[in-house]
Amino acid sequence: MAQEHTHIISTIVENKPGVLYTVSNLFRRRSFNIDNISVGPTEDAESARMTIMVKGDDRTIEQVVKQLNKLIDVLKVTRLDPENIVTRELALIKVNALNTKARSDIINYADIFRARVVDVSPESLMMEITGTPDKIDAFIGLMKPFGVKEVARTGITALSRGAKSIKVDE
Amino acid sequence: MAKMTGAQALIESLKREKVDVMFGISGGALLPIHDVLCDCNEIRHILARHEQGAAHMADGYARALGRAGVCMATSGPGATNIVTGLANAYLDSSPVVALTGQVNTYSENTAYMIGRDAFQEADIIGITTPITKYNCQVKSPAEIPTAVKTTFHIATTGRPGPALIDFPKDTQTKKAEMVFPDNVQIRGYKPNTEPHPIQVKRAVKMLLKAERPMILAGGGVILSNASPELLQLAELLMMPVATTFMGKSCFPENHPLSMGNIGMHGTMLANKMILEADVLLAVGTRFQDRSTGTLDGFCPNAKIIHIDIDAAEIGKNVPVEVPIVADAKPTLRLIHQQLVHKIKKRESTVWSKKVKEAKETFLSEMDFGKAEVTSPKLLKELRKLLPNKAVIATEVGQNQMWAALHFQTIKPRTWISSGGLGTMGFGFPASIGAKVACPSCPVVDIAGDGSFRMTEQELGTSVTEDIPVIVVILNNSMLGMVAQWQRLFYKSRYAAVKLGSVPDFVKLAQAYGAEGVRAASLSEFSDATKKALKTEVTTVIDVPISPEDDVFPMLPPGKGLKDTVAGL
Repeated sequence: MAQEHTHIISTIVENKPGVLYTVSNLFRRRSFNIDNISVGPTEDAESARMTIMVKGDDRTIEQVVKQLNKLIDVLKVTRLDPENIVTRELALIKVNALNTKARSDIINYADIFRARVVDVSPESLMMEITGTPDKIDAFIGLMKPFGVKEVARTGITALSRGAKSIKVDE
Repeated sequence: MAKMTGAQALIESLKREKVDVMFGISGGALLPIHDVLCDCNEIRHILARHEQGAAHMADGYARALGRAGVCMATSGPGATNIVTGLANAYLDSSPVVALTGQVNTYSENTAYMIGRDAFQEADIIGITTPITKYNCQVKSPAEIPTAVKTTFHIATTGRPGPALIDFPKDTQTKKAEMVFPDNVQIRGYKPNTEPHPIQVKRAVKMLLKAERPMILAGGGVILSNASPELLQLAELLMMPVATTFMGKSCFPENHPLSMGNIGMHGTMLANKMILEADVLLAVGTRFQDRSTGTLDGFCPNAKIIHIDIDAAEIGKNVPVEVPIVADAKPTLRLIHQQLVHKIKKRESTVWSKKVKEAKETFLSEMDFGKAEVTSPKLLKELRKLLPNKAVIATEVGQNQMWAALHFQTIKPRTWISSGGLGTMGFGFPASIGAKVACPSCPVVDIAGDGSFRMTEQELGTSVTEDIPVIVVILNNSMLGMVAQWQRLFYKSRYAAVKLGSVPDFVKLAQAYGAEGVRAASLSEFSDATKKALKTEVTTVIDVPISPEDDVFPMLPPGKGLKDTVAGL
């Protein structure tokens, strides 16, 4: 077996119904595993960007890219260079905060991680955090002893650094 | 701008795509379209007896003619019945365009609408997404002209493939101002047809240096109509040509350089010679497992030049030295042009002499079986009876592999067989489609009794629509290929393969108003075939063969080409 790595593929697709199905179906059918995916509009209202994190050896990833390119509704596929990108994910985390001590500890941790408190109730705090998936994993790890009630994560999104941009060939 | 209904716009669009025939079955969700067809003289609608048959007919038509074949089915079960036909066309890259009816997009006062589980509603878009090159559902009548143009364009260009348009019934009946585009720009679809000059140069250099060059030609050569270019190049360098199963007929098999098919039931010659090649020019093939055997045993000594219009096929199964993503025809022409500048046509080389000797030995050792009537003997006889332009369709299984081994094809598009999906029941309806495409060519379906039973009801179509084809049933009352595997790998424990000697195919044919003949000897077979060719009446020739006959050579599963077994 060739070595498996995590790759991030940025895909510009037609912004229309059914495209997410077509793309995810391709991954299922060819036994490629999506680790993480996020979808949203781009600077152009007719296009959407899918940022897909996928594990595999180089040959598998090459196939992923080529097979994605074959889909009619896929406009552009780019393998992002992990050394030269900004990746972010957003998470909302609801944690038990049953006493003043817990509450202040949680807020201290949140400060260190630049997380923000976005909702407060007598028994809980909700925090918002952005960062790389690793950073969010670490923060959630720290919250565990307090009792994590709920986590919602957006999935990863990414852009390459510098002035260059991924443009659809017209 | 003219205001017309969606159904009228569809038929107008089809005419603009030069569609003159379609195969289908009507139903509730297609009534508006068939009503418009009533007044349309330019398009012949051939009523199939089962939608699967309609899809295979469209496929056979497409393969024989090199144009889109159109099939039509109503919503729900009609649409799901064409699924096998689309999957079949998808794996063999055949431009089948399917038009399906669908329940309404919206209904004021009933639940007959999409998403309500209405009568005969099926999510055919969801179902066919993984087995079509493209599909779409029309949401309003005004979209229809562009949807049709887009669908035909995608199905027939680049690497061809099946496509489907779903027409909700209200989009067929409502009126709109229609604009019929002459062409479409599709942002995400720009197939590359011209080869990269640097890669062509590298290929030329490698071919010039090669001592034992060989060609492996796949179905892409046929799709690209590149047979003349292939022949020219093969002759220039005296390169032997092996074909994949899908490539059969792209190179004349009576040519001295023809090695026949490679693969699981390839010829001993092709499977042997390809192992000796030092450069393999692979054209329009995807190195499927049935062709290559185990990958480490495939062409261990060869550097591979791979021409394919689909970039995803390059490096998918086999690593290649020179990748060329382009249409085979201009690429082969360019390679030939550049070679002609550098060398004279080779008359004979050490390699070509070796190839010639190997072929002579191979021909002298050909085994047609001992019994008076065997499938190989019959197929050899059939070749003599048919003109070169005759089209052969096959079913799937032993009949198909015997035909691939023993029926020599001479001209491209005269071999129509389900390669990728291996769809039993494909051959007969495909032969009907091929006959519609080429009315002046005799069309013969080589069938097994098991496969024929899967779509035999299309005898009704063949007879009532006056589309005469000949069906030759190699009848062993068995699912022969499965039985062969059970003999070879499961200690002859026959399970679920004995079909019994029913029905009587002669009477079955007669019941449909076709000719039915039983041939117990080669001369009876020959007479029956001659008569069928002369009378142009749909004829079923039932030939009883031994249920114990095996197809050889055979590459046992999980083995490499060198382990091909010639016989027991």
